[in-house]
Amino acid sequence: MNSSALIHALIDGVLTGSVYALMATGLTLIFGVMDIINIAQGILVILGAYLSYALSVHWGIDPFVGLLITIPTLFVVGIVIEWAFIRRLKGPEKTAMSILVTYAVSLLIEGALNMIFTVNNVQIQTWYVNRSFEIFGIWIPYIYVFGFILAAVLLSALYYILYRTRFGASVRASLADQTAAALVGIDVRRVSTICFGIGVAVTAAGGMIYGATNAFNASSSYDLISRLLIIIVLGGMGSLGGALVAGMAMVTIEDIVAVAWSPVWSTMSFFLVLVLVLLVRPQGLFGKQSARTA
Amino acid sequence: MIKRGKFFRALGVTSVAASSMLMMATATTSGASSGTIAKGKPVTIGVSLSLSGDFSGDGLAFKQGYELWAADVNKQGGLLGHKVKLDIVSDASSPTQVVTNYQKLISSDHVNLTFGPFSSLLTLPAAKAVSRYGYAMVEGAGGAPSVFQAGLTNVFDVELPVIGWMLPYAHWMASLPKSQRPKTAAYVTSNDPFTQPQIPVVEKILKKAGIKTVYNSVFPAEVTDFTAIADAVAASKAQAVIIGSNGIPIISGFMQAFEQAHYNPKNIVATGGPDQGSQFIKAVGVKNANGIMVPDTWYGLSSNPQSKKMVAEYVKQYGGTPSGVSADVAEAYAVGQVMANAVKATKGFDNSKIIKYLHSGVTIKSVLGTEKFNKLGESFSATAFTFQWQNGKFLQVNPTSDPNSVKVLYPKPVWGK
Repeated sequence: MNSSALIHALIDGVLTGSVYALMATGLTLIFGVMDIINIAQGILVILGAYLSYALSVHWGIDPFVGLLITIPTLFVVGIVIEWAFIRRLKGPEKTAMSILVTYAVSLLIEGALNMIFTVNNVQIQTWYVNRSFEIFGIWIPYIYVFGFILAAVLLSALYYILYRTRFGASVRASLADQTAAALVGIDVRRVSTICFGIGVAVTAAGGMIYGATNAFNASSSYDLISRLLIIIVLGGMGSLGGALVAGMAMVTIEDIVAVAWSPVWSTMSFFLVLVLVLLVRPQGLFGKQSARTA
Repeated sequence: MIKRGKFFRALGVTSVAASSMLMMATATTSGASSGTIAKGKPVTIGVSLSLSGDFSGDGLAFKQGYELWAADVNKQGGLLGHKVKLDIVSDASSPTQVVTNYQKLISSDHVNLTFGPFSSLLTLPAAKAVSRYGYAMVEGAGGAPSVFQAGLTNVFDVELPVIGWMLPYAHWMASLPKSQRPKTAAYVTSNDPFTQPQIPVVEKILKKAGIKTVYNSVFPAEVTDFTAIADAVAASKAQAVIIGSNGIPIISGFMQAFEQAHYNPKNIVATGGPDQGSQFIKAVGVKNANGIMVPDTWYGLSSNPQSKKMVAEYVKQYGGTPSGVSADVAEAYAVGQVMANAVKATKGFDNSKIIKYLHSGVTIKSVLGTEKFNKLGESFSATAFTFQWQNGKFLQVNPTSDPNSVKVLYPKPVWGK
């Protein structure tokens, strides 16, 4: 086994994993605050990728600069989805129903994307997408470094909002107990709507990086959503830190096993870790033991 | 003595089972032996295609091919005087949905004939389901050994079985002068029934030619990030890379990672993806596509008169250029041609007669060339070609003995040149 290849796989895993963590953060935030499992998160990532692609191809806007447009756009998309579909879900079956409703939303968006962009695979192309730089004999792709920095900035911003602002306090109170939060005067519905918007908005960034590192079409969302769900289950549903750790762990484990052993076992090895963790901690790495009932 | 509750439960289960068997028997009867259609009624052909999901690009190309064939047949008065009506449903690239679709098409929609779905992954379960009703399944994208090893007698594949696709490439590589021939090769493939069987065939020939295997690995179809695997291939420093990819995302993922790793092998061939014309170029760029090779059994500039006619019609209807027409379109069109030939020869729509006829060793001309099925439903009459992207053009490069083949661009230019 080549130690250089292992280090390379470790670096790849951490850099790529951070982007998956960013995408999964939106999913776990939405679940944490609203008890909604947003199956549409995968297709929203692809929508973010298509928006960056369209801005880049038609207006020549750099994908990173384009985030100034795509993040607010997807925030609004999230608000509209919450208003049109999610808000109407109530009662004890809310979480289960959310899977069906958001799956329907996912199919609607997939159909619309297929009509607009066709099913042809596309990829965001810009100067740094295929380039890399060398450190100690290891080539590091710019796009993964930029993606890592972007994920770090956005996750830090999210952390700041959640832990250093009044709105963040409302979110955390809602995360802990929606009924108690409402009793102390927090507008839980407003908090939920904004959280859904934020959860969807982060897909713009994740989608842009995904679109620059993969050829994609609307169907790519199916591979993505399964991975994102696995990340938040491992990290603990509702835990932002858990999503970060699990996202990095997933890709790093897969990459190291692929290089050190064989790609055949890469996916399986991660699932093995997942099963072992869930046997010891059914609530995931950072999930709370007591299930919320609100 | 059976208790009352248990008795009714048992009665219920028995009734459901009996009804199912009756429905199956009815469907089988109507499918296998009816053979005639009332005057003025159309002949309905059931098809399940991947109109969304992983194979949606190929699925839509197949849909175009089937529809083009149906339009041509209807212009000429239909099949035995009956207009052709296609009943196309989407399976979302799912091997379970495809089974449900064909069961519904036959037992509920009562289609007269069936055409195959896209990819070996879906063709095998589909052919098994259709077989239970006694229907023939003529298909154009199920050439994996697993399809023919299932003991089915109703499946007929109009394309060359996949194990033969890479032969021209492997023979060309092995025939290179020793000084030019790569010394090492890396093999990496998705565990897909279309891609995986092609790899050992190439490896065997290249090994015999003295090309050493320095990397050989299979990865699960679920993998979406190819960076680590591509880096491992790059670390092997193989001079030739053979990639078992079933579409653009895999091959473009490897190409991007190779370029990022500054790894420039002398030759790269992929089992699928580069054959998808402008889609491939859009994903990887014209310069990076330069020198990438791919096998196929048909191409838009084929000199086959039937193929030329179909390509002209396709371009007129859908636009584009002859060289940009996907082989999927031709494969689907050929499925229709084979079925039409069988219907005319058997003078009806009796699936059992159609199956018997196609197993009789008859030779049928199609846009792909000549079709002649063996007892497993394989057609080895078709020819395999290798194509290569050269300065934005998709060109036939082997068999080298074919007058339409141009010189292979070898070694492959470095990335971006």
